[in-house]
Amino acid sequence: MTDLISTVVAKYNYWIYITLMMIGLYAMIAKNNLVKKIVGMNIFQTAIILFYVSIGVKKGATIPILEHGHGPDVHHVVHAVDYINPLPHVLMLTAIVVGVATLGVALALAIRIYNNYNTLEENEILTQVREK
Amino acid sequence: MKIIGLIIVVVTGALLIYAAADFPAWSDPASPASTYLSPYFIEKTMEETSVPNIVTAVLADYRGFDTMFETTVIFSAGVVCFFLLRISRREEEEPETRYYRHVLTGVTIQLKEGYKIPPSADFERIDAVWTPPDLIIKTGCRILIPFIQLFALYVIAHGHHSPGGGFQGGVILGASVILFAISHDLRTAVRRMSEKLIGILCAVGVSIYAGTGALCLLLKQNFLDYSALAGVLHVDPITARSHGILMVEIGVGIAVLATMIWIYNNISSAGRYRQGL
Amino acid sequence: MIWPIDLAILTLVVIAGIGALMVKDLLGAAILFGAYSFMMCLLWSIMGAVDVAFTEASVGAGVSTVFFVAAVFRTSRRTKD
Repeated sequence: MTDLISTVVAKYNYWIYITLMMIGLYAMIAKNNLVKKIVGMNIFQTAIILFYVSIGVKKGATIPILEHGHGPDVHHVVHAVDYINPLPHVLMLTAIVVGVATLGVALALAIRIYNNYNTLEENEILTQVREK
Repeated sequence: MKIIGLIIVVVTGALLIYAAADFPAWSDPASPASTYLSPYFIEKTMEETSVPNIVTAVLADYRGFDTMFETTVIFSAGVVCFFLLRISRREEEEPETRYYRHVLTGVTIQLKEGYKIPPSADFERIDAVWTPPDLIIKTGCRILIPFIQLFALYVIAHGHHSPGGGFQGGVILGASVILFAISHDLRTAVRRMSEKLIGILCAVGVSIYAGTGALCLLLKQNFLDYSALAGVLHVDPITARSHGILMVEIGVGIAVLATMIWIYNNISSAGRYRQGL
Repeated sequence: MIWPIDLAILTLVVIAGIGALMVKDLLGAAILFGAYSFMMCLLWSIMGAVDVAFTEASVGAGVSTVFFVAAVFRTSRRTKD
């Protein structure tokens, strides 16, 4: 029973990441509205971040902030199995902040397009471009 | 387009799910990601940098060069938003129409072609889409904002020992100014924190980061090797690395703070800076 | 890690993500995207990535929702899909 649960938990996690990634990809390809496309891009991005973070998870480990940081036993021996792998967290932390900066640029582009064509729908913009 | 998209998505998803069968088991301590490189950082961070939060140490010290360019990316995003949206007063087709409200009687005046009323206590300038001033929101935000900013400073300064650091603290600081702009109006916020100041702060943040690296270079060490600062700060090289991390975190915080406000100002006013959300 | 909460939140994340893309009102999409980000933040704190969760709570659920609302306010709210 425990084996079954752990298999399901493991696979369910990976399936959900792939589902989220595909939801984002589908929105970027098929949605007509530019803001919806940007939402899709962000969902794609967070799905990848979720995948990376989940790589670092270790059973029976704690958060990557060392205990006994200061105090009498500073030279306490640290065992790597006691702490979650911090490297994926570092990579993804900067990715989130860069993600919000690119989100700002994407929304700025959407506003520029709206000012020019007075619509956010992709097909209406394409019709107006063809007419010119 | 929807059908093609659906086919692409389903095929890619099926391939990925097929590939997921080969992944190491979920939360396995012996998975490849947790066995080769990361034990070194977990075990050595404390002796080499004296920073208990491994994420902060790796972010600003071991991977400092990468984080510097991440900060540069954020700075460039702010500049790009500015160039895409900002409309300067000279480029505008028609002169601005201003709206004023007489405080005592509530009469609204519309002034066309750029005329304006000199600032006085009787008239207040209002947005074209006017919502009545809400005393509770204004007062509540005014009480809340100092505490948010204090917390943000704590997050930046305490990033060595608890979750947090320059990125998070900078975003919270920026959010406090954005909250001010939402609860009052954009003009008040821009008067407190002008566009020029925001631009300068953006550049100063990145310069602090790069400058710390260059300082290490001048002190005959590698770029961003903070142990070179030991002589300047009168501490041992390990504590110097901890202090160096704090310096670059402050730089990151300033750059992120200014960029968030800059992007918000440009997006919410569509580049005109007259009236925001 | 507590796996029942993990599974429940994973399901909620997918629901919030689909909801953000399906809803016909862009302001609603912005708010649902904020909810999605916050669910993501919970998921990361369950996985022990406290720094990442903190960043997502301030950036994803806070500032990017404000950016979306501001952009929707400056453009149009209605959409056909």
